[in-house]
Amino acid sequence: MDRIKQIYNDEKLLKKLQEDRDISIEDVLENEMVINMGPQHPATHGVLRLVLRLDGETVTGIIPELGYLHRGYEKMAENMSFIEFIPHTDRLDYLATMCNNVGYVLAVEKLAGIETPKRAQYIRMIVAELSRIASHLIAIGTFAMDVGAVTMVMWTFREREKVNSIFDRIAGARFTTSYTRIGGVASDIDDQSIAEIAKFLTELEPALVEMDKLMLSNRIFIDRLEGIGILPKEDAIALGVTGPNLRASGVEYDVRRAKPYLFYNEIDFKIPTFTQGDCLARYFQRGDEVRESVKILRQCLDKIPQGEVIANNPKKVLPHKTEIYSKMEELIHDFMIINFGINPPVGDTYFSVENPKGELGFYIVSNGSGQPWKLKIHSPSFCNLQAVSQLCKGAMISDVVAIIGSLDPVMGEADK
Amino acid sequence: MNTKELIIEKVKEKFSESVEEISDFRDDLSITIKKDQIVNLGRFLKENSDLQFIMCKDVTAIDWATRKKRFTTVYHIYSFKLNYTLRLKSNIDDDPPTIETVSPIWPSANWYERETWDMYGIKFINHPDLRRMYMPEGFEHHPLKKDFPVLGIPGSLPLPNKAD
Repeated sequence: MDRIKQIYNDEKLLKKLQEDRDISIEDVLENEMVINMGPQHPATHGVLRLVLRLDGETVTGIIPELGYLHRGYEKMAENMSFIEFIPHTDRLDYLATMCNNVGYVLAVEKLAGIETPKRAQYIRMIVAELSRIASHLIAIGTFAMDVGAVTMVMWTFREREKVNSIFDRIAGARFTTSYTRIGGVASDIDDQSIAEIAKFLTELEPALVEMDKLMLSNRIFIDRLEGIGILPKEDAIALGVTGPNLRASGVEYDVRRAKPYLFYNEIDFKIPTFTQGDCLARYFQRGDEVRESVKILRQCLDKIPQGEVIANNPKKVLPHKTEIYSKMEELIHDFMIINFGINPPVGDTYFSVENPKGELGFYIVSNGSGQPWKLKIHSPSFCNLQAVSQLCKGAMISDVVAIIGSLDPVMGEADK
Repeated sequence: MNTKELIIEKVKEKFSESVEEISDFRDDLSITIKKDQIVNLGRFLKENSDLQFIMCKDVTAIDWATRKKRFTTVYHIYSFKLNYTLRLKSNIDDDPPTIETVSPIWPSANWYERETWDMYGIKFINHPDLRRMYMPEGFEHHPLKKDFPVLGIPGSLPLPNKAD
């Protein structure tokens, strides 16, 4: 109440209010308007804030503001051992947790020079591709929901739910998996998991056809995406756009092919590309990548060898819990690794993997101690968001939502 | 001639006096160059028709805390022609740390340099839009510096006022 009284007594403020009342409808039409979109806006996929400058309904300028989900993971990483950071990678891109786990441990293994058994590498490939399918399904579903096709999100979540159940069986957690370990994976996958994955793949293929039917017979969906938010090839490279968004603009760049990691060089798969670079191309791109992932998974299930799932390297790799309780040597190693870390040699490495959102890179600087001296996360969502201001210039407000949905940013990763 | 030898030869040909160190650790080639030549080297690497490093993947910095040249800026650039990711480094010795921006060469460096300024307090000269990336405007500290405590500095982030 006091504040209201204050306003009535404040002459300056009263005068200003009086002036505002004199605004006519013509004034509004002639002037530009600045509006704030987010951070709490359902269509911005997390806490992304956009400040739009509007001329009527046309966007003349747009400024993205990041940092609403900044948790300081790079700072935290400098104060914990390499092993302790694995669960935190789940929280980066929380829609593709397995991909982050795999990328991080591969980066550490490159730095420390650890060889991982072949079976573990194949398991990593399987979980990463499953995670990619889940992430792309969510991207397609929420994208369709953003432009008004609400049925789609139910269908894609139904399929993604199956992936979560498989992860529950493999890793013991549906969402925050923390499955990989430095030198291998936490546990072996059993025959029933493999059977479940095979069953999921056979169910997914007809579901994808159905989804495409649903979306492509929807005139509104096509009309709202075709020719919207065109990103030319040169601009995509200049702005550092990565992943499906880069390939939808016609650049055939995929880390799995450009610099094969794990055993992607043994697998036969195509890299789908589109040349239009508009929102519709980015939608098709994700659908095609899901189909390629299905192909990769089928080959992985055929080729997966028998053997160990964790490296035998006592100074660097944590022993299994049952051995710690029964053997002296393992207890000592466990104590040393947990308390002092794995001490990689002095140096710095950059390692990147192909995530559903784009290229996820880890730049690690080691000073020889158990904790990284510096760990920089090169997050794909951050790079992709840089293109927003160019894409939205000259578009309508309703296109802004479509463009952000087509870029598919995850703010947990963009804000780190 | 393999890719690495080609890059080293081309760079040494033109920048033999400015190159401070060329290291090759775990198959990652890294070139350290004098601070005042970073823009020239970047432009050369981008525009040379044999190299064509047209994409800047990442810009960051390292805080060495105790060294005399306290900060090192690190650039990761990529060439589609060579299919190679190259690392450039540059040591900064002045206080407050400053370095010329590379965003006119690679537009994507715009945000990466903003992030580096936010986290390390390195001023990028001639940067078109050097604002903070993650931390709020008006925040005084640079969190990834080694002298910034992990738990933060009490009172450095203003809390919202209590309602009347």
